[in-house]
Amino acid sequence: MFAESGDKVSVTLPSDREIRFTRVFDWPRELVFEAWTKPEHIRHWYGCGGSTITVCEVDLRQGGAWRTVMRMADGSEHPFKGVYLDIVPAARLVYTECYDMAAIGRPEWLNTVIFDDLNGKTRLTNTLLHASREARDGHLKSGMETGIVHMFDRLEELLGSNVVKQESLA
Amino acid sequence: MQDTLSTTFAALADPTRRAILARLATGEASVKELSEPFAISAPAITKHLKVLEHAGLIRRSREAQWRPCKLEPAPLKQVAEWVERYRASWEQTLDRLDKYLSEIQNKKEKKHVRRKRR
Repeated sequence: MFAESGDKVSVTLPSDREIRFTRVFDWPRELVFEAWTKPEHIRHWYGCGGSTITVCEVDLRQGGAWRTVMRMADGSEHPFKGVYLDIVPAARLVYTECYDMAAIGRPEWLNTVIFDDLNGKTRLTNTLLHASREARDGHLKSGMETGIVHMFDRLEELLGSNVVKQESLA
Repeated sequence: MQDTLSTTFAALADPTRRAILARLATGEASVKELSEPFAISAPAITKHLKVLEHAGLIRRSREAQWRPCKLEPAPLKQVAEWVERYRASWEQTLDRLDKYLSEIQNKKEKKHVRRKRR
């Protein structure tokens, strides 16, 4: 519905509670799966622009937990965690993901990642299933909400600083 | 005030309403014309139109007697912008993954060559 031709990543909303994105990589799916699941690889690519991964722990087995912390350029930290539910090496991965921020109610969703073999290339499809339509919409809008959390953090910092106190006394 | 994006998504969460919007994207139409492709009653269509009108996705003209329905693109554009922002952020991340994959693939190939030489 919203995908534009020429974009490498396409995003669709297959149902009320889902977001799905797809991308083709010129590499075999064993390699893509490895990069998606091994901490020493995840650190190199995961996260948004200007962010670094400060914590990355993966217990890749059914029922095993994972945890990452993303540090943004402004110093704020964003923890994510979840549990692996289904693992078919190089083919399929199902795991929960929780954005562990109390300020926005710790939203959680289910990732189903399919690694399709296209003659040595890989089509990666990640479907994110949310508890409700509202939760899904909230996730789509998360860029803005993260921005608001940052704003509050900065405000708190500013309010705690002497500059503000002195100015308000004057 | 209810969040506009959620109202838009709620209105879009129905295949009949999406089909009505797709039809209106080609030009304005009367309620009768809109109900023709569907095996549902005119009152049911009217109900769907009310949801779409409430979400600001369509407007019903009061000028002509047949009160044509017209698409209002603004809320759809807003949804498309949110999806695009989400998409662009993943494109950035997956581009980084793609670049990284070529690095690890190269390393693996070099290792393989070294092993073969032994």
